[in-house]
Amino acid sequence: MNTTLYILWFTECDRSQQNLVGGKCANLGEMLQANVRVPPGFAITTHAYRHFMHEHRIGGEITRMLASLDSDDIDQAEETSRAIRELMEATPMPAAIADAICFAYQELCAECHATDLPVAVRSSATAEDLPGASFAGQQETILWVRSAESVLRNTVLCWSSLFTARAIAYRQAMGFPHEKVHMSVGVQKMANSRAAGVMFTLNPINGDRSKIAIDSSWGLGESVVSGVVTPDNYLVDKVTEGILQRKISPKLIAHVPNHAAGRVEIADVPAERQNIASLSDDEILNLTILAKCIEGYYHVPMDIEWGIDGDLEFPENVMLLQCRPETVWSSKPPMRVIQQSGTALDFVVANMLKGVRVR
Amino acid sequence: MSGENGSNRFPSPFNVPTPEGCEGWQDLYPYYYVFSEDRREFEDNRFWFQDAMHHPEPIYPFDTITCESWWVALGEMNTRVFIVPPALGIDHRVLNGYLYISALPVPNPDDIPVRVGHFMERAGYYYQHWDELYAQWQAKAEEAINELKAVRVPDLPEMEPINVVVEGRGLTSAYDLIVAYNRAVENMHKMWHLHFEFLNLGYAAYLTFYGFCKQAFPGISDQTIAKLVSGIDVILFRPDEELKRLAHKAIELGVADVFKQTVNPNEVVATMSASDAGGVWLQEMEKSKDPWFYFSTGTGFYHLPRSWVDDLTVPTIAIRGYVEKIQAGQDITRPMVAIQQERDRLAAEYEALLQTDEDKKAFREQLGLARTVFPYVENHNFYVEHWHHTVFWNKMREFGKLLTKHGFFDEVDDMFYLHRYEVQSALYDLIGAWGSGGEPRGPKYWKPRVAKRKEIFKKLKAWSPPPGLGEPPDVVTEPFTIMLWGITTESIQNWLKPSANAADTKELSGFAGSPGKVEGVARIIGSVEDLALVEPGEILVCPITTPSWAPVFTRIQAVVTDIGGMMSHAAIVCREYGLPAVVGTGFGTKVFKTGQRLRVDGTAGTVQIVE
Repeated sequence: MNTTLYILWFTECDRSQQNLVGGKCANLGEMLQANVRVPPGFAITTHAYRHFMHEHRIGGEITRMLASLDSDDIDQAEETSRAIRELMEATPMPAAIADAICFAYQELCAECHATDLPVAVRSSATAEDLPGASFAGQQETILWVRSAESVLRNTVLCWSSLFTARAIAYRQAMGFPHEKVHMSVGVQKMANSRAAGVMFTLNPINGDRSKIAIDSSWGLGESVVSGVVTPDNYLVDKVTEGILQRKISPKLIAHVPNHAAGRVEIADVPAERQNIASLSDDEILNLTILAKCIEGYYHVPMDIEWGIDGDLEFPENVMLLQCRPETVWSSKPPMRVIQQSGTALDFVVANMLKGVRVR
Repeated sequence: MSGENGSNRFPSPFNVPTPEGCEGWQDLYPYYYVFSEDRREFEDNRFWFQDAMHHPEPIYPFDTITCESWWVALGEMNTRVFIVPPALGIDHRVLNGYLYISALPVPNPDDIPVRVGHFMERAGYYYQHWDELYAQWQAKAEEAINELKAVRVPDLPEMEPINVVVEGRGLTSAYDLIVAYNRAVENMHKMWHLHFEFLNLGYAAYLTFYGFCKQAFPGISDQTIAKLVSGIDVILFRPDEELKRLAHKAIELGVADVFKQTVNPNEVVATMSASDAGGVWLQEMEKSKDPWFYFSTGTGFYHLPRSWVDDLTVPTIAIRGYVEKIQAGQDITRPMVAIQQERDRLAAEYEALLQTDEDKKAFREQLGLARTVFPYVENHNFYVEHWHHTVFWNKMREFGKLLTKHGFFDEVDDMFYLHRYEVQSALYDLIGAWGSGGEPRGPKYWKPRVAKRKEIFKKLKAWSPPPGLGEPPDVVTEPFTIMLWGITTESIQNWLKPSANAADTKELSGFAGSPGKVEGVARIIGSVEDLALVEPGEILVCPITTPSWAPVFTRIQAVVTDIGGMMSHAAIVCREYGLPAVVGTGFGTKVFKTGQRLRVDGTAGTVQIVE
């Protein structure tokens, strides 16, 4: 196995390497090529994962454990999942991979002029022949990781997350062989987000593609993604870039880094900040332009995680964290406005007959 | 929804008391124009709303001529000419001096399918031949204005000139006077027929496209839809273009400093006259005046306020604003190419967002029709309410002058306290006395009556009319009611709320007239004479703005109005000036005070007092 392929920097990733770095990291690479601002980082490729599984022959062992699994027995599935993950987490990382990861992490620290740079470690799964397969909620993200040793440990956690009971059940339900799913891991500089959230390049309420819908809250984006706060919500017209709607909600808590403890914590938002907008109009406009750029690149509606970095000045502070194609509305048949074709005059008559309800 | 006593209704027109001291106000108006027991059943079963957009104040008796003209013309185009399938016209009544209107539906819904057939044929013809018919319309409108200008109001001489004898004329000044009056009145009716020849169809086409956009792109702003449709070279902007030209001319001729010394129009003219260069500039202004200063500073529906050509205050302030901008190095030309490109970009991008070819085709065709009709929608106003009516009110003042000279009135404008039938009889009184050599009754008859009417009028002005009367319907189908007055569920609900307690209100909402968000100091302006008080950077809060105020907008940050809907004449112009505006707040001039700090959000349609 070629050890130089254990690491690919995001700047080297693109769609053609999806099998090597997974969808998430491939998209970040694409975005960098489209000149979108993305926190720097690298992917630990599926070669590393396969090497790890081969090294101590744990791959074969896991296959055997799964072969005897009765898919209807939930308790047994949980038991098997725990056994597999314990096995993986107890297996030492092959030295060649560990060296490559440590070296890459040090290089990232140097690039960002920091020692012990806080990073996010995220799984980025790949499944050959299963494009667009969504493993929603079955993937791992570990925030505020800040040493090479910790990156290594969390890399294994990401790998083992392929074998949660849910992930196993999902593959069995889909009739998809476990050994064909591989895991890449993304290691990315933590955006020190003052505010962060999610945006769609359509209105998720009604599928209207002329809008960009932005959910935003204080701190790291995890509070929005996990749903522990009701975020501020903005609706922007994609064509005019005008803000059509702002709903400012009370944002009681936020995910924030605890520097002393070296981890991310849920903290109370000071009362005076709870009810004020988490984004300025300029930031909303900048996110809108970012969303349009990303959608224009992929030509499909997109689901985008973003952050406003608290250490940087506007507009350098607007960051793309990750993005993927939107799946709910995109999989529905195209929306229709008119039910029956006709001349403009036909529509005038129809509209007159309809009138406007006033109560 | 709750109104008086928590009900769904507004008060009955028969339960609205006459303000104290206004007894007999009905005599100021024609008998058919007021609520009466004779038609109580009909009148009490309808929903009436106060036309605060065109007639926010009590109507001067003479000025009912404009309302009555549009009452007939709007209605007949719907009802008798184009056979709008679900709607007849808009009925009128005056209550305590204020105009209330009511959209009449087709009484028997079974008639609608037959009406659809007629409408397709008739409206279809107009839509198909729009451009040629519109070109013909412009010629007709200018001809009507020229006819009115040609009306001569004769004096009544001691003795008829000799040519009456030697030419064997047989007709006299008395006859000419009656003819002149009748011609002028007929001309007013004619102009309003022309006003509505295209407007109903224009609104219907625009509303159709509007409805498509709201369905295809839920939440799209009204301004954006208007932008997709608006013309580039709109006559309504031409007066303002003339002011810019005059500002450039003043600088070019080296006389721009005059505007730094004064914006009193008389002083400006006097100073300009004193120098050769100033004289040249005055000649340039004369070139602009006809017709571009025939631009009312009000809605044009009333004999007051006057037009630019009668009172140069607004143009003078505006020219000063443009001079300041040019001298500060700003480019004040309208970026026509950029506006055109932006319009095309918007249209192309929205079309691309539609997901089926049928939708794209429908979008293109409906947009195409809306753009065809829109020049008329945008331009008719200048021809009718501004140009024509400026001529009309001044022509009427010539009759007022004659009657004043013969002792009927103390001052010329007193004539407007008589309705048009009364003026006709006063003129007959006059020619009777002139012809016979006797004494007219008018001077003794009208002077005390005018004095009394002035008292009544003052009290009616102080009275607050309820926004609606009777029970609102479930559905409105009449295009004007929707488009011009912006009658929606929200507006009716707002009206039914107990009237806002001014002292406690910190925020008002209205229509998002023009996008943008600013904070600044409020300046409450009740009428055009106060416009000179506006300081740079202030937020103008006023009952209603009209296009002719707009040039003054170069000095301010935002506009808030009590009255106005999505296509109110003011909103069109505010968007053009890129000035945030919230229109139709209902009570802006009552709730806000000059000097208060306001936050205006023209995108959301809200105005807040900043603590």
